[in-house]
Amino acid sequence: MPKPKLGLYWAASCGGCEIAVLDTELKVLEIADFFDIVFWPCAMDFKYDDVRALADGEITLTLFNGAIRSSENYEMAKLLRAKSTVLCAFGSCAADGCIPGLANFTSLEAITRYVYDDSPSTVNPEHVRPQPVWDVPEGTLRLPQLWNTVRTLTQVVDVDYVIPGCPPQPDQIKAVVDAVVDILKNGKPLPPKGTVLGANPRACCEECPRKRDVKKIRAFVRPHELIPDPEICLLEQGLICMGPATRGGCGAKCVKAGVPCRGCYGPPTGVHDQGAKMASAIGGVIDSTDPEEIERIIAGIPDLVGTFYRFSLPGSTLRRRQV
Amino acid sequence: MSFEPNLVGFLCNWCSYTGADLAGTARVKYPPNLKVIRVMCSGRVDPNFILDALARGADGVLVCGCHPGDCHYVEGNYKCQRRLPITRMLVGEMGIDPRRVRLEWVSASEGVRFGEVVSEFTEEIRSLGPLALQEWAFDPAAADAQLAHQGGEHA
Repeated sequence: MPKPKLGLYWAASCGGCEIAVLDTELKVLEIADFFDIVFWPCAMDFKYDDVRALADGEITLTLFNGAIRSSENYEMAKLLRAKSTVLCAFGSCAADGCIPGLANFTSLEAITRYVYDDSPSTVNPEHVRPQPVWDVPEGTLRLPQLWNTVRTLTQVVDVDYVIPGCPPQPDQIKAVVDAVVDILKNGKPLPPKGTVLGANPRACCEECPRKRDVKKIRAFVRPHELIPDPEICLLEQGLICMGPATRGGCGAKCVKAGVPCRGCYGPPTGVHDQGAKMASAIGGVIDSTDPEEIERIIAGIPDLVGTFYRFSLPGSTLRRRQV
Repeated sequence: MSFEPNLVGFLCNWCSYTGADLAGTARVKYPPNLKVIRVMCSGRVDPNFILDALARGADGVLVCGCHPGDCHYVEGNYKCQRRLPITRMLVGEMGIDPRRVRLEWVSASEGVRFGEVVSEFTEEIRSLGPLALQEWAFDPAAADAQLAHQGGEHA
């Protein structure tokens, strides 16, 4: 039997998902042994034309990390969709938009103006801007064009499965690889399309060992203002912990270390919008019935939308800020 | 043609929906712009219901529940009372006028008041104009055209 073919690609991402694959340690050798890796620009020398030369559906599995925010990301998403039998959104960027998706709080024009003119370290008296197409004597040069709105992979192409996380935890990647090998080797049935792999359906709180009992908040604090009690729920201590609105699967690493959950695994099963769910959770625990005091407590939440949607703005209900 | 606001209302079963019913039987006149969704309690209104309504074409969302102290489930409306300000703040920071999301208490006997609330809200949203979200839907035709304009393929 010929080896199944594996592709890995990064679009708008930091590269952390690629590192997470390498963090599976010896498993990566097993991956390289079991699969024929046909595309992995981060780790091996491939060109886009190598992918174009493949037949449609020839790649058994593509792990696609990164959000879609440029013409190049979009082209590769469409290309890899066509060439892959199973396309998997790998990591928070592809699944929910993640950190690159914070660009949806502003506009392409504002970002470009800051980077090419306004930032303190920029000297650009001629206001030079990147041009998507530029003719030189040797021929025509082309640059990818950035989009005004960052999209998730699911919004631009048909996606079969999602592996969330920023990045997906190596143990979870190992479990997914084992499941894929089992399916391909032993003819196990595929999970239903759209299944979230390598994570739990329920919230991060389910994995959190901290004690929850009071559920009453009278004021919010920022992490530098408090040395948190090691035993008690961080949200009850007034820290904005995204646990109630975040999918479990990470093993609650951050909260075990005394740092509030930042929400990188995206919304749990049955929740469409992390920020709305967080608004709901916090609204349930504020300890006041006085409208003015409620307003005062809420005003103490630092950077409300930036905190609630840190990892999921493009995939959220409203998708972007109105600018 | 003048702008007719498209409004969604979440009304609690025990007070506000009954109040709206009373407005009908009492022949209270008010604009027909509000599309009413009955919920068991204002505490059932998940903030995402409100965001979803705005994302899918509503120009404003009205949530009505029992007056504080009168909740059929004792404290559901208090939860709503705390969730709505957070939702309004969230909506505001997302660049949408928070006046498009409103919370009002309407009891089962306040049919006239229900009519006034809906009239006032409709006029307020009419003055704010339609809510047209920018680039909400992904436009594959535009993305394909941009790609073609660039020569089609990246190296």
